[in-house]
Amino acid sequence: MNEGHLLRIVAAVVVGTLARLVMLRSDYRQYPSYPHAYVVHLGLGFIAASLGGLAVPAIVTRDFMAASILALAGQQFREVRDMERRSLEKLEDTELVPRGTAYIEGIARVFEARNYLAMAAALATSTVSYALPVPRAMAIVAGAACGLATAAIIAGVFGRRTVGDIAVVREGRIRFDGPLLSVDGMVLSNIGLEEARAVIEAKGVGVVLEPKDDNARATIANIGQRQAIVHDAASIMGIRVDISERDFTPLMRLDIATGRAGMVMVPIEKDIGALLEVVRRAPIIETSIRKPLATRAGRIAAD
Amino acid sequence: MDVTLEHAIAAVITTRRDRVGGGAPIFFADDEDDLHRTAIYLAKILDGVVHDLGGGTYIVVKH
Repeated sequence: MNEGHLLRIVAAVVVGTLARLVMLRSDYRQYPSYPHAYVVHLGLGFIAASLGGLAVPAIVTRDFMAASILALAGQQFREVRDMERRSLEKLEDTELVPRGTAYIEGIARVFEARNYLAMAAALATSTVSYALPVPRAMAIVAGAACGLATAAIIAGVFGRRTVGDIAVVREGRIRFDGPLLSVDGMVLSNIGLEEARAVIEAKGVGVVLEPKDDNARATIANIGQRQAIVHDAASIMGIRVDISERDFTPLMRLDIATGRAGMVMVPIEKDIGALLEVVRRAPIIETSIRKPLATRAGRIAAD
Repeated sequence: MDVTLEHAIAAVITTRRDRVGGGAPIFFADDEDDLHRTAIYLAKILDGVVHDLGGGTYIVVKH
């Protein structure tokens, strides 16, 4: 192998791995949250980038066998989704407020997709660095720029929408009608103990989600979507819940007549502004997205 | 995975003997205070949540 190939491959692998590194941040999902998980994903990102970076040189040197094997190797990344799903599902029992299967599926898909993204960035880098009819150093620099741009564009396109995009999130008024707990008229639960009711009245906060259109209404109605919002709110704001203290488990229920959703939680610190922000920034789960307005019948029904 | 009862009535606590019956364990209380105390104790033991059915009857539910 001559030096030209080697430099191009290295550039592509570096760009691909970098793309994966940039996307690897502990964000609103609070996951991954520990160094070993970073190592696992960086390692996989490196392998993905290598696959992307090696494909073009393999074709250029007419090594079609190698190119085919690389294409096959790409299949391995399906395992990533499975791996993430399995480990998160196992951890569900240890969460006071579970993520829910829809959220887990969403996270697992993202982790799989990010490896393909690293691969695409590496592929773009090496394609450009081979295709440009300019001196080698310039071609490699242009390739790297192109690879990074690819990563940025794809990351931008896939940048996920949040609850704040599809619904108006505002504070709701908590009320008790006997033992029945309601927020803005939506009954959420039956709280039996007087002491628990007093805590909720004093320290609880109510949130109301008003969907902006019928698509949003159908999305919020999805149980997985609501569980994801509740999980995010609970994991970021903290909750007064333990195994034997289930009275204050955060709840979100739907007002079927209007499509609004009401939520009550008792955070460690009562800060309604922060809670509203958390709910607004909760991700829309891919699998819960519904688009009834995209169909004729849906539009007619929406009148 | 743990095998636990979900969404099941774990216990019924009441001051009205004529109002309850059936499969869940039933605890009779002498008065409102006893009712209240027993409900809290049972909820702690069973890791459940106390719900008020009114008329002097509480149930503890595993959610």
